[in-house]
Amino acid sequence: MASLDDLKKRISSVKSTQKITKAMKMVAAAKLRRAQESAEKGRPYSDKMNNIILNLSGGISDIENAPKLLSGTGEDKIHLCVVMTSDRGLCGGFNTNIIKKAKLYFQKILDEGKILKIITVGTKGYDQLKRVYGDNIIERISFKESKNVNYFDADKVGKTVIEKFENKEFDVCVIFYNQFKNVITQIPQEQQIIPLKTTDEETNSSDDNYEFEPEEDEILSNLLPKNISTQIFKAMLENSASEQGSRMSAMDNATRNAGEMVDKLTIEYNRSRQAAITKELIEIISGAESL
Amino acid sequence: MSEEYSLEIVNPEKSFLLKDDVTEVVVPAYEGEIGILKDHISIISFLKPGIIKVFSKSGDDSYYVNDGIIEFKNNNLSILTSLILNLKDIDKGKISEIQKSAEEELGNSEISDQEKYLLDQKIEVLKSIN
Repeated sequence: MASLDDLKKRISSVKSTQKITKAMKMVAAAKLRRAQESAEKGRPYSDKMNNIILNLSGGISDIENAPKLLSGTGEDKIHLCVVMTSDRGLCGGFNTNIIKKAKLYFQKILDEGKILKIITVGTKGYDQLKRVYGDNIIERISFKESKNVNYFDADKVGKTVIEKFENKEFDVCVIFYNQFKNVITQIPQEQQIIPLKTTDEETNSSDDNYEFEPEEDEILSNLLPKNISTQIFKAMLENSASEQGSRMSAMDNATRNAGEMVDKLTIEYNRSRQAAITKELIEIISGAESL
Repeated sequence: MSEEYSLEIVNPEKSFLLKDDVTEVVVPAYEGEIGILKDHISIISFLKPGIIKVFSKSGDDSYYVNDGIIEFKNNNLSILTSLILNLKDIDKGKISEIQKSAEEELGNSEISDQEKYLLDQKIEVLKSIN
């Protein structure tokens, strides 16, 4: 059995760990509220953008001449995956879940004999992917310095992607991120952004006649790059809300576990203290009896 | 008959402005300014850097925008923009900051004529504000 002193030390160390996790939980909760708010506020923009694009692409008759960002290069050889993770750890399964989802996709791509290229956003994703897919990673981006998620960061990522597309470095682009559902649930998502995927039910709503200024094609070719930045921005917002939510519940669990551990250790400590006292008493009594 | 319609301005961070008593909005569209009144035909257009003027029953406002897309449909005008500033409480320092970066970019020789045109526009508008 561990000595009383050892137990005391362990209890105090678990207690201070508990304090830290508790504080982290509080911070995450405060940040979560803000992140959630901005994720909700950001939705109208991306929704509107999507709507306009759907209206436009529904109106395009000449598929052949449609912008490449919409229709794709016509090939399906090189896949670019943008894996968006956090810059900080201690957030439960947040990063692992994205990576797991991404790895499944990578495996599928490689099994089909296609070429895989990866851009990692956030340092944690890079750390987890570099060992197996180090050769596939063509760029790593991190926004450790920026406090909040902002559009200009997303725009940077978007511009990088578009530049690579224009240089014909890839055919299909997929982004991976966590969608925020609630504090306990975050759903890892894969979303194809190039070529743009439109679902059938949505395209039906586009039978209105619009006046365009300038021409449709020009608007579309200007709008699509913006849409990519917007989608990435949306993913970043969802991701940051998910990260905070995930961290909050992870830290909540950690705090509770630490509490349980302290309870257990305290019982053990009290028992061994009692045992020591009893032992001493027995010694005194048997010493007195032998006189 | 009322002559009001509703206007929504959104930027990526949030819904910037929501008004439903707008009588006229003048936007700096790509091929010249457009004034939009009620029952305008459905239109989608681009904005170049410039000033949006909003006239409404509850007061008039002007905003500076960097770029944007407008969509008008069923008497709903949506303006999507990445950067918008209210001219009333504008920060002069911020304006000159944007102006400076635009001028720097203009000095870059690798930009296309179209970008040059847009940057010229931007600087002009910013000068007029300052």
